[in-house]
Amino acid sequence: MSLMAKHAVIEKNSIILLIGILLVIAIGGLVEIAPLFYLKSTIEKVEGMRPYTPLELAGRTIYVREGCYVCHSQQVRPLRDEIERYGHYSLAAESMYDHPFQWGSKRTGPDLSRVGGKYSDQWHVAHLKDPRSVVPQSVMPGYAFLARTPLDPSVLPAHMTTLREVGVPYGDEEIANAVADLKAQANPDDAGVADLQTRYPKSIARDYDGNPAELTEMDALVAYLQMLGTLVDFKLYDDKANLR
Amino acid sequence: MAPSMVRKTMTFGEGGLAFVFVATALLSIVAAAKAHDAPFAFHAFLAAAASVAAVFLIFRSYFSRPAELPAQEIDGKPNYDDGATKFATIAAVFWGVAGFTVGLYIALELAYPWLNFDQAWLNFGRLRPLHTSAVIFAFGGNALIASSFWVVQRTCRTRIAGRLAPWFVVLGYNFFIVIAGTGYLLGVTQSKEYAEPEWYADLWLTIVWVVYLLVYLGTIIKRKEPHIYVANWFYLAFIVTIAVLHLGNNPAIPVSFFGSKSYIVWSGVQDAMFQWWYGHNAVGFFLTAGFLGIMYYFVPKRAERPVYSYRLSIVHFWALIFLYIWAGPHHLHYTSLPDWTQTLGMTFSIMLWMPSWGGMINGLMTLSGAWDKLRTDPVLRMLVVSVAFYGMSTFEGPMMSIKAVNSLSHYTDWTIGHVHSGALGWVGFISFGTVYCMVPWLWQKRQLYSLKLVNWHFWIATIGIVLYVSAMWVSGILQGLMWRAYTSLGFLEYSFIETVEAMHPFYAIRALGGFLFVIGSLIMAYNVWMTIRSGEPAALPARPAMQPAE
Repeated sequence: MSLMAKHAVIEKNSIILLIGILLVIAIGGLVEIAPLFYLKSTIEKVEGMRPYTPLELAGRTIYVREGCYVCHSQQVRPLRDEIERYGHYSLAAESMYDHPFQWGSKRTGPDLSRVGGKYSDQWHVAHLKDPRSVVPQSVMPGYAFLARTPLDPSVLPAHMTTLREVGVPYGDEEIANAVADLKAQANPDDAGVADLQTRYPKSIARDYDGNPAELTEMDALVAYLQMLGTLVDFKLYDDKANLR
Repeated sequence: MAPSMVRKTMTFGEGGLAFVFVATALLSIVAAAKAHDAPFAFHAFLAAAASVAAVFLIFRSYFSRPAELPAQEIDGKPNYDDGATKFATIAAVFWGVAGFTVGLYIALELAYPWLNFDQAWLNFGRLRPLHTSAVIFAFGGNALIASSFWVVQRTCRTRIAGRLAPWFVVLGYNFFIVIAGTGYLLGVTQSKEYAEPEWYADLWLTIVWVVYLLVYLGTIIKRKEPHIYVANWFYLAFIVTIAVLHLGNNPAIPVSFFGSKSYIVWSGVQDAMFQWWYGHNAVGFFLTAGFLGIMYYFVPKRAERPVYSYRLSIVHFWALIFLYIWAGPHHLHYTSLPDWTQTLGMTFSIMLWMPSWGGMINGLMTLSGAWDKLRTDPVLRMLVVSVAFYGMSTFEGPMMSIKAVNSLSHYTDWTIGHVHSGALGWVGFISFGTVYCMVPWLWQKRQLYSLKLVNWHFWIATIGIVLYVSAMWVSGILQGLMWRAYTSLGFLEYSFIETVEAMHPFYAIRALGGFLFVIGSLIMAYNVWMTIRSGEPAALPARPAMQPAE
């Protein structure tokens, strides 16, 4: 009885009610989120992670723009069938430069976190242009317009500067050479390929869309897809060292 | 009206707001001229046009109003202001039909992918956020704003705070919807589910939402009732918590102040946690707490019975808002989120079952002594069935949050089915019931144009929900089991594409269910239209306010 009678105090004062609500809803979020920023075990220590190259970043922007995350996850769970189907389970470290994260919540299509290198560039281009030409039962929309849309490299330095402000370790050199690096990665004969690969280890320079005449959004998206999951070498990764 | 002795002057609010919108119009034109990308320029033009329209509306209302501002009370009775509520009610019906139709279209795209036509703006990836935002924020949001403005005035027995402010909230909120929706079609998204709008839309929503809170709180503060009625606790928790969630999930740095693209400050695992803390509590506070506010007013009102248990409403209110906020990590089971967070999320999700059912019991038991009305009043039936769907979804949710169950259900259509039993059954039906209650009240009609049509809406939509949800249960569990099936030799039995192929019949059945739901909403739109146009005027426009449940 007494406790219920005391509740009348809250019911009669809107500001106390408001403060009460704020206090009650603050607790769960604080307990679950704040430690993720200071517990060192949250993100594993791994070799090989690096920020995206300018071309990969441009591709990732297209991936976000077209809502690919709506149907494709980028998060392999530590379950037997998933590991056999997609590869090693995902590490927190693998998405530490992802603003925002692209783990997804639905697999209308397969997981893409380790799709890099599994198919040829030609397959990706054919599949993106007309999914049912290579996978007849697919329900994926076609993205032929990407191959027709030119890519504008000039915006990349601004994107990389913004990402640096939110914590991605791009140096002055990477930002200054963003346009050159982007063009080099889409053309294997470019003189800047060696510099690109010094700045971004394991980056691969290819004419991704098979159209050397033009730099298109297809180049960028395929470059992004082909690098997904390729940075961490799981032959060298020690699961036990990172038990959480 | 007798000629007034007061000299007509512009209030500070009218003048100030007009000035702000003139400045906004100019700024928007500058932004449009300097825009880095076409969608941003388009949105800046829209903002300029909307600002000009706002200035026009402010002056029009100034010139058409009498010198004296409307009275707070007339003959000792509160002089309620329902203009903005009417607009939001119509908007809810409009966006409902639009959002359901887009949902039907994308359901058909999954069954018949040629419907994408390989056009960027028609592709599933861009239309899906349009569907979710249209139904949650446009349809649900307008239903919440409309009902909350109605409820807070009646339960506080006072006119709503502010004269232009309620209009600012409703029109500003719907402008946000237009910016968000057209942005999705043009590829403007930050890809955080249910928080896709880019930075400038987020900023605008923040302003609108703060004004919403001020209007709501201001009305409660000047109430004539000693107690704050229980529905208002839920509405208040919804408004405050959505503000906190919106601010926590959306901090971003724009690439340029004249461009649409921005980057979220959070990354990877922390961003995932922020996202699902937001995402799950968009369900918890937007689609649950807010709609429980609706339930606590409209169910007792329509059944003409008092709320079943005052004590239960106190206990389940505080328990619900405390527990809900912890439940986010169940969207991230078995991911790279640390195990301790996943386990906490699961534990609290299971506990959440109890306060959820506390709300269901309080709603259903309010019918004590009035169950017979379900036979004669299809509107009450809609409200009550929505509470039953609420009970079902809030049992299914905690079950799916158990890690072992989630390992099967996650990434499959089971999740989609679960969401829709809550969204179509609970949120949809309680909103329809509310619209059917409020339209005759707002337009002072004796009753709805046709209760028979409400009955048709009820049954067609119910069959639609059953088809939808059961198709998704089957396809979700089937696909989850196919993904983990092994042959006797120890190989994975099915390739991924075989599991996609197996979904086809269920996608077709789901689209049929969605089609029925759309038909139901069109029947409602017709009924609402006819009620407003040709309904018989009510004999007694004044309605008694509710008593606090004490």
